[in-house]
Amino acid sequence: MSAATVSKDVKTKPVKARKSSLEKGKGQFYAYLIPGLSLFTIVIVGSFFFNIYISFTKWNGLGSPRWIGTKNYENLMVDAVFWESFLHAFMFIAAMSIIPTFLGVFVASMLFDYIAPRFGNGAAAFMRAGFYMPQVIPMTITGVIWVWLLNPVSGVINNFLTALGVSKDVTPNWLGDENLAIWSLSVIMVWIQIGYTIVIFMSGLSRLDPSLTEAAQLDGATWFQRFRIIILAQLGPEIGVVLLTTMVAALKVFAPVYVMTSGGPGTSTQVPAYFSYFHFFTTHKVGYGAAVATVLSLILTVLAIVILQIQNKQQAKENQR
Amino acid sequence: MSTTTAVKAPKIKTSALKPRSFISWVTFAFMLAAVIVWLFPFWMAVANALKTPDDFIQQGPLAWPAHVTFEHIVKFWNDSNFPLKFWNSTWTSLAAAGITVAFGFLTAYAIGIGKIKGKTWILGVFMVAFTIPQEALIYPMYNAAKKLNLYDNLLSIVLIFGISGIAFATYLISSVLNEFPTEVLEAAKIDGANAWRMMIDVVLPILRPTLMVITVMVFIYNWNEFLIPLVLLPSNDNQTVSLGIALTVGQWTAEPTARAAAALLGALPSILFFVIFQRSLMRGVTMGSSK
Repeated sequence: MSAATVSKDVKTKPVKARKSSLEKGKGQFYAYLIPGLSLFTIVIVGSFFFNIYISFTKWNGLGSPRWIGTKNYENLMVDAVFWESFLHAFMFIAAMSIIPTFLGVFVASMLFDYIAPRFGNGAAAFMRAGFYMPQVIPMTITGVIWVWLLNPVSGVINNFLTALGVSKDVTPNWLGDENLAIWSLSVIMVWIQIGYTIVIFMSGLSRLDPSLTEAAQLDGATWFQRFRIIILAQLGPEIGVVLLTTMVAALKVFAPVYVMTSGGPGTSTQVPAYFSYFHFFTTHKVGYGAAVATVLSLILTVLAIVILQIQNKQQAKENQR
Repeated sequence: MSTTTAVKAPKIKTSALKPRSFISWVTFAFMLAAVIVWLFPFWMAVANALKTPDDFIQQGPLAWPAHVTFEHIVKFWNDSNFPLKFWNSTWTSLAAAGITVAFGFLTAYAIGIGKIKGKTWILGVFMVAFTIPQEALIYPMYNAAKKLNLYDNLLSIVLIFGISGIAFATYLISSVLNEFPTEVLEAAKIDGANAWRMMIDVVLPILRPTLMVITVMVFIYNWNEFLIPLVLLPSNDNQTVSLGIALTVGQWTAEPTARAAAALLGALPSILFFVIFQRSLMRGVTMGSSK
């Protein structure tokens, strides 16, 4: 194919004509939307709206749902466990979004900008893979591992503490103590999540203009000064997107809670997603569970729209350049 | 920018390493220690999975086994019917990834190459779709699966994973196609190619590496899915690895060493995928964020 010669021909034509040649067959592209969009509409959009409908009914899953208007939502507003579940979700935003983002920026720039230039890319890539490992393994299985590590009697962590001289009577019941369980889960979530932020920020750093940091180095700036002034400023947009996407993940947390605590002890680790599942399949208050899921969706949709706005702004900036 | 550079892994030139001072060795040791702490839980699973129960009681969980034994792993392999679970996870994840990438590509082609009207809206709806929680879809899906005789049938998760992924795949693929070199498309146009020929002869061959990356990523996401299999696949023989280990671990394994063996066996396929597909996975994960 003679792409080069053809594009030369095109160049000689006026810009307008070039545009219209691509524009001409535009109509035929709509056909390519049909398969994907129709499956998506039937399965995803359909389920979503059916769930909203269920949230306005009383239903135990058998027979047919009975319309009760906004009763489920009214009950939710006065349900202490519902509010508690959102409080825990906000704690998970710290554990899965805010802390991993800031640790991630720091570790990523250490690996990219300090370790790699001195110890080679292999060392940096190995460390990155190590931090990323918890992201690769199914959450259910990391959950099983942690339940086992944190077992108050036979678990590794408490054995380690007693080996250090802590008395057996005071070693904590990490997941079984209702004041402690949410904190144990939070630490585990930081452990899971940090690999994701490191990977994203390292790829962000690799796109930065190296002449910027080199110039700073010539000016005699220390690594920390460069980190603060150049890296943080340049990674700004990435940090924003990562904060928001991990926030979405934090609000959706289900599997770790299911496997490690089932929302307990009591309601001390209840989160919205698990609370909704619990009403669907344990209490069979399907309408109520659907209402919880709908409220959660609403919050997440707002977050998604914020992410879209930021990305559009970024796009506009890039196009200006 | 061309499509190929957009999907390339980050690379740093290392022709000349900077001098290493004492402080840089300290920093290196500190980072290495952090990585070791991060991998410690997996290390503990390995050490204890290979231990005899007596060894565990005498030496505690922290020590390396005095006599390495594969007894627990073999027992859990047989008791949980691990090969069947492995097969269930593998074919459903793969088939669903195929559906996702095929339909996602078609939609992305219309958006990224066709630049059809309303593309911003479609992408916006897709973005919202993959942020809504699965809990907001699961009951209708559960209900539909029962009515359509797909309950407790692996086909149900193939369809649901496959179709749920379309929004995400479209989003990623169309962001790559947005940067597809216009000259190449122009050339094909002038050669008289219609939308179909252009897709088959021009876009697909160039995009193949990107599609492979996305397939790998979607496969691993599918493998890790939990809620949907939990709800739709009650019987033992239909369980996937990530579901099966979580549910059966209490059933057969009161012994701490046996529990470690179950966790290790469950984690092993994912660790293998990671080692094999690390580059692809990393590319895929960063592809979504940088756009």
